[in-house]
Amino acid sequence: MPDIDEAALGVEKTRPIKPIRKGPGPNLLTQLMRIGVSLVVPVLAFGILYWAGTVLLDENANRLVVVLMALIIGVLGVFALFYGMNWLVMRLPERYRHFVLPFVFVGPALVLLSVFLVYPTVVTVKLSFQNNLGEGFVGWDNYVDIFTDPGTLEALRNSFLWVIIVPAFAVGVGLLFAVLADKLGSKGEAFSKSFIFMPMAISFVGASIVWRFIYNFRPEGFGEQIGLFNGIWTGLGFEPVAWLLQEPWNNLYLMVILVWLQVGFAMVILSAGIKSVPSDIIEAARIDGAKEVQVFWRVIIPSISSTLVVVLTTIVITVWKVFDIVYVMTSGEFGTSVVAERMVTEFFTFGNEGRGAALAVVLLVAITPLMVLNVRRFQAQEAQR
Amino acid sequence: MTTSTAETTRTESASAAKKPGFWKRVFHLWPVKLVILIIIIIWIIPTVGVLISSFRPPDAVNANGWWTVFSNLGSNEWTLSNYSDVLTSEGFGNSFLNSLSVTIPATVMPITIAAFAAYGFAWMDFPGRQWLFVVVVALLVIPLQMALIPLLRLYTTINLNGTFPAVWLAHTGFGLPLAIYLLRNYIGSLPSSMMESASIDGATPFETFTKLVVPLSVPVLASFAIFQFLWVWNDLLIALVFLGGEPDVRVVTLALNNLNGSRGQAWHLLTAGAFITMALPLVVFLSLQRYFVRGLTAGSVKG
Repeated sequence: MPDIDEAALGVEKTRPIKPIRKGPGPNLLTQLMRIGVSLVVPVLAFGILYWAGTVLLDENANRLVVVLMALIIGVLGVFALFYGMNWLVMRLPERYRHFVLPFVFVGPALVLLSVFLVYPTVVTVKLSFQNNLGEGFVGWDNYVDIFTDPGTLEALRNSFLWVIIVPAFAVGVGLLFAVLADKLGSKGEAFSKSFIFMPMAISFVGASIVWRFIYNFRPEGFGEQIGLFNGIWTGLGFEPVAWLLQEPWNNLYLMVILVWLQVGFAMVILSAGIKSVPSDIIEAARIDGAKEVQVFWRVIIPSISSTLVVVLTTIVITVWKVFDIVYVMTSGEFGTSVVAERMVTEFFTFGNEGRGAALAVVLLVAITPLMVLNVRRFQAQEAQR
Repeated sequence: MTTSTAETTRTESASAAKKPGFWKRVFHLWPVKLVILIIIIIWIIPTVGVLISSFRPPDAVNANGWWTVFSNLGSNEWTLSNYSDVLTSEGFGNSFLNSLSVTIPATVMPITIAAFAAYGFAWMDFPGRQWLFVVVVALLVIPLQMALIPLLRLYTTINLNGTFPAVWLAHTGFGLPLAIYLLRNYIGSLPSSMMESASIDGATPFETFTKLVVPLSVPVLASFAIFQFLWVWNDLLIALVFLGGEPDVRVVTLALNNLNGSRGQAWHLLTAGAFITMALPLVVFLSLQRYFVRGLTAGSVKG
């Protein structure tokens, strides 16, 4: 597998083909046309989808028909819209065509990004300064609430713990496994790795059910224990434990699930990083008398530091946004709520728009440094071209 | 992962391995192998427990732990009734189709739109090309939670809430930054001489895109497709908020969540339900592991 920063992302030379500029530069009409072609694909696609979604589904259409139709709209419909737009723009006078044509390609994506990410972000920030019905302006009240209310404070505390513990364990185990598997033959390595990252294919909900079964608890006298942990625990002669009710340790038991899911990701990427360390450096260190442990800490770890940062930041972002696991396992009760889950609860269960929005903004602020890091990394890559 | 190199080294190691004795080979590096084995066992036990339980009769699941099947091998009873119960009376069959109806368009639509955009960003000149792409990179990590309240309001005003298109569009919007980012980096790395000769031969950008760029980009398209497919199939939050738990539209993750809420101790049903939700992702994972890993690696910046 190629190194992620370079080859996998295919960072190579990109030189745009300059349009042959003829006639006047862009004027108001070209700007209007640019906006127009950007809007046509999303608006028309939306119209078709709207019709498909409301008209056909209301008549209780056969599920297979819906699947098929969805496929046709998804594949052919959107493509046909692009084709149609291109056909129209190619019929424009040449002095307009060159300026408008790029927007046939990028316009629809820009419109969708604006509607589904940029616009909601702006609105959510605004809502976070409004009251719980989304009216009037209340200044920083929602934020003051978040940092004084015991429920949200608990969510913040737990999220901090998640962000520290889960990435540490996921990267630690992932790195250990990647290093050890690297010593096996390539066949054994690929085989053993697939067991570890198989959980990556499982949904958070599915994983939560898998682990709820492991943590299952029956009070004494209510039958044999069918949860694995209590089976082992009582087998060792202890009383059965209701693991998920043990504050504050239940937070750790929930974190185990995410570690179980994320180790595979860390392992795969770190393994690629380890393989990209030039073997002559490692050989040179060994010839100089370095022990394997020294080779690991002094040669391999420094060489893969940038990969480690990528893996850590990615897992940290995933952890900040974890919702499903807490929602399914405990619904955020028994002292286990986290910010991303609490946000949904505030909004949908308690109807607190303002506070829900403020929690979402807190989440965004927590992630922003990582976003800046991402952009910097991207710009550094671009500069290397 | 790297099949070509794996195959050459495999033949090498096979011939080299003939020399030392069998036991010597097995115990070569035994501490490493032991640690690996322990980690693997810890990692698969949870899934194995669910798989075994889902085939045991309800009484047996409730009577004793799934690991007891190993101590009384031969006297175990196995059944498929848990699966038929979950698929029919608990509505997982319908949910499975709903999940397909959600996942297929929500995978294809962002790919199509992002591929066009990626070509535009890589090979066309327009004002703001650079900074608009930086914005796309920044949007990669915007948390979903930021978009929930405004989008729900928007969907409510246009009466789209609770329909499949609402979810298709939401997944398309949220999947676009990663798709554009990956595809643009790949498409941008295609040789510029190729693009130039295509345009000299009189190909329009659209023809260059459909006849040259798309066929060459199949590997990265496949990687993203698998990544997005798994992401949409495994999603709970978007389906919960924009689609809801009504039996006629609910997807498998929601069906499993509802079953967990209503029959939280019916482990014969929960384990079978969990396995139904996992089945398709696991098949995708096992059959397309190579692309999956590549998508995962490249998608390590997804927000």
